[in-house]
Amino acid sequence: MLETSNHLLSVRNLKIEATSYPPGEPPKRITIVDGVSFDLQRGKVLGLIGESGAGKSTIGLSALAYGRGGAEITGGEVSLNGSDILTLGKGGIRSIRGAKVCYVAQSAAAAFNPAHKLGDQVIEASVKHGLMTKEDARKRALYLFRVLGLPNPETFGDRFPHQVSGGQLQRAMTAMALCSNPELIVFDEPTTALDVTTQIDVLAAIKHAIEETGTAALYITHDLAVVAQISDDMMVLRHGKTVEYGSVQQIIEAPTQDYTRALVNVRQEIRHEAPDQSKPLLKVDNISAQYSNGFKVLHGVSLHLCKGQTLAIVGESGSGKSTLARVITGLLPPSDGKITFEDKPLTPSLKSRPRDDLRRIQLIYQMADTAMNPRQTVRDIIGRPLTFYYGLRGSAKTARVAELLDQIEMGNGFLNRYPAELSGGQKQRVAIARALAAKPELILCDEPTSALDPLVAEGILKLLMKLQEEQQLSYVFITHDIAIVRAIADSVAVMHRGKLVRFGPKSQALSPPFDDYTDLLLKSVPEMEIGWLERVLTTRRMESAGN
Amino acid sequence: MSNPPETGTLPGLRFRSRFPLLALILERFLLSLALLLAVSVLIFGGIEALPGDFASTYLGQSATPQAIANIRADLGLDRSVVTRYFEWLGGAVQGDFGTSWASKNSVSEQVGNRLGNSLFLAAFAAIIAVPLAVGLGMLSVHFRNRMPDKIINVISLAAISLPEFFIGYLLILWFAVNFGIATFPATVFDGMGFFDRIKTIALPTATLVLVVLAHMMRMTRAAILSVMSSAYMETAELKGLSAWRAIVKHAAPNALAPIINVVALNLAYLVVGVVVVEVVFVYPGMGQYMVDAVTVRDMPVVQACGLIFAAVYIFLNMLADILAIVANPRLRHPR
Repeated sequence: MLETSNHLLSVRNLKIEATSYPPGEPPKRITIVDGVSFDLQRGKVLGLIGESGAGKSTIGLSALAYGRGGAEITGGEVSLNGSDILTLGKGGIRSIRGAKVCYVAQSAAAAFNPAHKLGDQVIEASVKHGLMTKEDARKRALYLFRVLGLPNPETFGDRFPHQVSGGQLQRAMTAMALCSNPELIVFDEPTTALDVTTQIDVLAAIKHAIEETGTAALYITHDLAVVAQISDDMMVLRHGKTVEYGSVQQIIEAPTQDYTRALVNVRQEIRHEAPDQSKPLLKVDNISAQYSNGFKVLHGVSLHLCKGQTLAIVGESGSGKSTLARVITGLLPPSDGKITFEDKPLTPSLKSRPRDDLRRIQLIYQMADTAMNPRQTVRDIIGRPLTFYYGLRGSAKTARVAELLDQIEMGNGFLNRYPAELSGGQKQRVAIARALAAKPELILCDEPTSALDPLVAEGILKLLMKLQEEQQLSYVFITHDIAIVRAIADSVAVMHRGKLVRFGPKSQALSPPFDDYTDLLLKSVPEMEIGWLERVLTTRRMESAGN
Repeated sequence: MSNPPETGTLPGLRFRSRFPLLALILERFLLSLALLLAVSVLIFGGIEALPGDFASTYLGQSATPQAIANIRADLGLDRSVVTRYFEWLGGAVQGDFGTSWASKNSVSEQVGNRLGNSLFLAAFAAIIAVPLAVGLGMLSVHFRNRMPDKIINVISLAAISLPEFFIGYLLILWFAVNFGIATFPATVFDGMGFFDRIKTIALPTATLVLVVLAHMMRMTRAAILSVMSSAYMETAELKGLSAWRAIVKHAAPNALAPIINVVALNLAYLVVGVVVVEVVFVYPGMGQYMVDAVTVRDMPVVQACGLIFAAVYIFLNMLADILAIVANPRLRHPR
């Protein structure tokens, strides 16, 4: 590690292309990465950041001379220890992959082979490359399991991927990458699929392991706050081109480009909290629910929402927040408790609700993609509730659809488009228009922005707030993202394992004194501040020492 | 028979949570038995519902009502359907399918002989077809979307698209008539030497192989391709493993379950679906026996054949289910 003047990885003018086959058109060459250059020193971490389609994963994989899904590296140089790996033959590239450069995928659950034990998969590359004997590799794996804080490290390797949790799998994947003592590891969004309270543990484990082993890393993510905790340098990418490249400190504290500034400033408060009113629009009273197999998902949840306001329901996966929405819509009748809407009780089951009750509560889903019929045009999709609830047909329907398209800031040029021709943000806007078409009083939003890039999500949130102002809409907004809650909510409900742990106006719910879970949740949300991770970990250590 | 899940709800649940794999296999077994029982009712009821009866067919148009009634009484047809069903089922469970109305011989004896012939033909076809199909499937994965893949696909599709009797006659025309290198008819008899037997059944075997090959081969190709596109295959590649090791160690164990399923389905087809092929090649198997029995309304024989075909079909599918369960690491190693 003395030769600091020599770069470990040096990328020059990288160009990566792929062929796309649009339906009904001749194949097109598209450029995914265009003229990207950077250097990485031994033991350092470079963060690659950008929205989906920015080419960050593609650049990361080029360090293994690999093009995913038909992507081809067509120009430039990728030098590892001074020699260009793009000019190596198949055998030469194989001797680098898994030995000198390793890869940690976004979804460890998919990247591990379900048919083999974790331990065997972790040591496979080291043994097959002849770097260690099987026994030595097992010892190293054990050491890495300990470093990464995995439970029962002695027997962890005997387990199959489906027998451990998502956070543990992600750490096991990191152990797999570290096992062969590589010079470089490419981390491709390793914590994106995890809950925040799990993410912080994995992030800490990865950071610790990088320091302990002295490997260099490319860390790919779309979350600026995460990359700030782990990287030395950072490159902001957009449409396959470099927007800004510099030290983490410079980019976070003094970004020079507008795009970077927009990324840094995303999710600031859009809406100020409105006061609680005496007469709530929706009242959920002591609701319990279970699945048909008898598994209990909700335990006595009570909350309420006032007209024209937003109630944010926060929780991790499995906390029962989406189930609560299903109960309110009537999709899953509760086993106990009652729901009141404008002082009148709602019938538990969807089937027995009058059509007007159905109209007044609408739903927006996380995946706009799967919530729309791919063979219907935007006109048909938005027009369906118009016909169903208001009997509109023909030109009256088209006129109203055009009006709704205006409200979601899209315009009637989109009338005859199919969902496949829309971007992710546009699809979600159409889903919003479909909900608006019923002229509802309450819209249940089930993580409508979590599949979208930050700037697109920001646009959707602003649209929802604008519509709320104009039409006195009420929202139940389900999310796992505390930043969104801070930005848009009037009142907040925190859920954990099917129970409501905290409920109240935003200013009270998000300020101390906290219950244990809300405290953990709030402290786990990465902040865009260098040294945040160390600070949280130090506090935690002190607290556990104090106990 | 000791049956832990049947001894009560609570111990049953406990057994299920302690030995989930065993419980699942046992469940499959019990389900198969129940299915077989249901099929036996269907077979018996279906034959009962057929128009016309043995007596009037046997005696012809000019039979007197008295003669018909006599024969019916002889065969016990004047008793209630339920009594006859349970009598028949009771015998079948002990391997006694009654006596043939037409030949007055024991059905079990005749069926035993014929079943042996049918199974021999099916087994011989399977021994050739299964490795060939899986091999061709892997080959077309290796050359996917290139010439060899396309040729394999076109030929196997053509083979599956032609009805088996047509393929049978084509093969007879070419190999038995034009070139004279194969024998026709494929009639085997007791005391025939093994190699003579194989030579005799060459054409029906080839017909069966051609019929089942395409399905198995295409499913093998699809199963391996779907595994090849999964993220863990990318992981294997990014570990720098050789293509061969990636396929053998990482792809094959995961493609096993769908391949087992389609192989079992086709094995079942080989046994059950040979009827037409046996008739074309005059092969003394179950299929031909059953067709003969249907034409003279020899009900005990038809029932026996139907039940045996159903049993073979259900057994092979159960075997495929159990093997697929055992091949699944999630079930083999519960949380």
